[in-house]
Amino acid sequence: MKSFLPVLTVVAAIFALWYLAVIPMNMHAALTTAERGGAVISPEGAAARRDLSGISLAANNSEHIASTFNQDRPRLPAPHQVARELWDTTVEKKITSKRSLVFHGWITLSATLLGFAIGTGLGIVLAIGIVHNRAMDMSVMPWAIASQTIPILAIAPMIIVVLNSVGVQGLLPKAIISAYLSFFPVVVGMVKGLRSPDHMQLDLLKTYNASNAQGFWKLRLPASMPYLFASLKIGIAASLVGAIVGELPTGAIRGLGARMLTGSYYGQTIQIWSALLAAAIVAAGLVAIVTLIQRVTLRRMGLS
Amino acid sequence: MTSNAVIQAKNLDLTFQTNDGPVHALKDVSLDVEAGDFVSFIGPSGCGKTTFLRCIAGLENATGGTLSVNGMTPDEARRNRAYGYVFQAAGLYPWRTIGGNIRLPLEIMGYAKSDQETRVREVMDLVDLKGFEKKYPWQLSGGMQQRASIARALAFDADILLMDEPFGALDEIVRDHLNEQLLALWARTNKTIGFVTHSIPEAVYLSTKIVVMSPRPGRITDVIDSPLPKERPLDIRDTPEFIEVAHRVRDGLRAGHLDD
Repeated sequence: MKSFLPVLTVVAAIFALWYLAVIPMNMHAALTTAERGGAVISPEGAAARRDLSGISLAANNSEHIASTFNQDRPRLPAPHQVARELWDTTVEKKITSKRSLVFHGWITLSATLLGFAIGTGLGIVLAIGIVHNRAMDMSVMPWAIASQTIPILAIAPMIIVVLNSVGVQGLLPKAIISAYLSFFPVVVGMVKGLRSPDHMQLDLLKTYNASNAQGFWKLRLPASMPYLFASLKIGIAASLVGAIVGELPTGAIRGLGARMLTGSYYGQTIQIWSALLAAAIVAAGLVAIVTLIQRVTLRRMGLS
Repeated sequence: MTSNAVIQAKNLDLTFQTNDGPVHALKDVSLDVEAGDFVSFIGPSGCGKTTFLRCIAGLENATGGTLSVNGMTPDEARRNRAYGYVFQAAGLYPWRTIGGNIRLPLEIMGYAKSDQETRVREVMDLVDLKGFEKKYPWQLSGGMQQRASIARALAFDADILLMDEPFGALDEIVRDHLNEQLLALWARTNKTIGFVTHSIPEAVYLSTKIVVMSPRPGRITDVIDSPLPKERPLDIRDTPEFIEVAHRVRDGLRAGHLDD
């Protein structure tokens, strides 16, 4: 509980900054609306104000600052607007509704979890291969690294299109994009973890004339657990990003990514931001769950 | 060539190829170790004492000469699990209990479950760790951890026990205590023990045979058969015989340095 106050302070600072940023971002629109309503603005006319900064406009027309916080389509929505939208679209809406964020969140979450499972499995298998096979060590790792240098936004539509042409639709293509992002940290972490036993540990097994398989199950795998969990935390967050990105280029109509996309089509910034925040909350929740499993597992293994 | 020799080295050479050229880790090392011997290898760092022990264990391959362990090549002996090896650090698995750590070689070697339990209990008794089976390594002191690692090496009852500075990282009080226990254990089990150390009192106190080595190239400069009786209380270290042997060891070590 000691960290309560500092945490609260940081949160308060973020909100204060956010509110402050809202003023100049929305000032132009606020003044245009007010002028249309008959108010006297300096300088007059939207065209004259276009090149002026939001800050100077706010300073000259401070009586209109309040209206920057409650616009329908703000350039930057204020925190309370996003909070209200979040509340409306989660608690107030039925889960089955197309406007429910819980519904869209679940669509994305299911792709995330499937992708995370595929990515983690693939990552572990590749790591085992890399550690035990010299040819794989030299051939797979460069490709794994190269795969991550390709922008996911470029490759995601191709994955969707190719899979669609062979009749795979729905959850799986998104999950594969999500796995594409999440396997990499698992490979890197697992390779390091499986190689973490020192010479002495390996020599000890040699004196027992242990087989490679025994060395793997008895020593390498348990020793790699702390590394695996560190990777899983990065992997699960990457999975979520992958699932959202998988929804963007395809004109998907369901999922958090679809909410962001339609929001940007129709200038619904509040909708974008609430989807964004929902994604962040889901990510935080997922990482928290992995952290919890990590803590329990490593404590039971006597590794923490 | 006595038929009793368990470990037999003849003109053993080992040269490591490094970037700075070849390093003669061992040169012309010849030694016979009889069954039931307690042999200490002593010398300054770089004299090849650990390397020699690793050759016996089949963890390094000699580049010249012959070496036999139980009448086999070291590698065959390793495959036959002819020896238990104790490293400088205990190296217990933190995710296994003490009992689980001692069980490790038994699991790998495929002992039956019930046999595993009896053996673990026996060797834990032998190293005086009774009642610590369910504890984790971090709950034990360094000395107790090292005892557990000795128990692990004894669990599968190999005739030979190879120990590479097992007490090097422990303080002198714990070390004295463990030395006493090791002698008692040796007396009870009749094993052949190869023991690497850089402590003269430790080598003299424990051994029936002290092998003095010197570096560049790693070689044997003296082999001393200890005149001390098999029964050795700690205060034997104040007797004239003990001091005399210690002197001879020290002289041997000094002789090895003359050509430096």
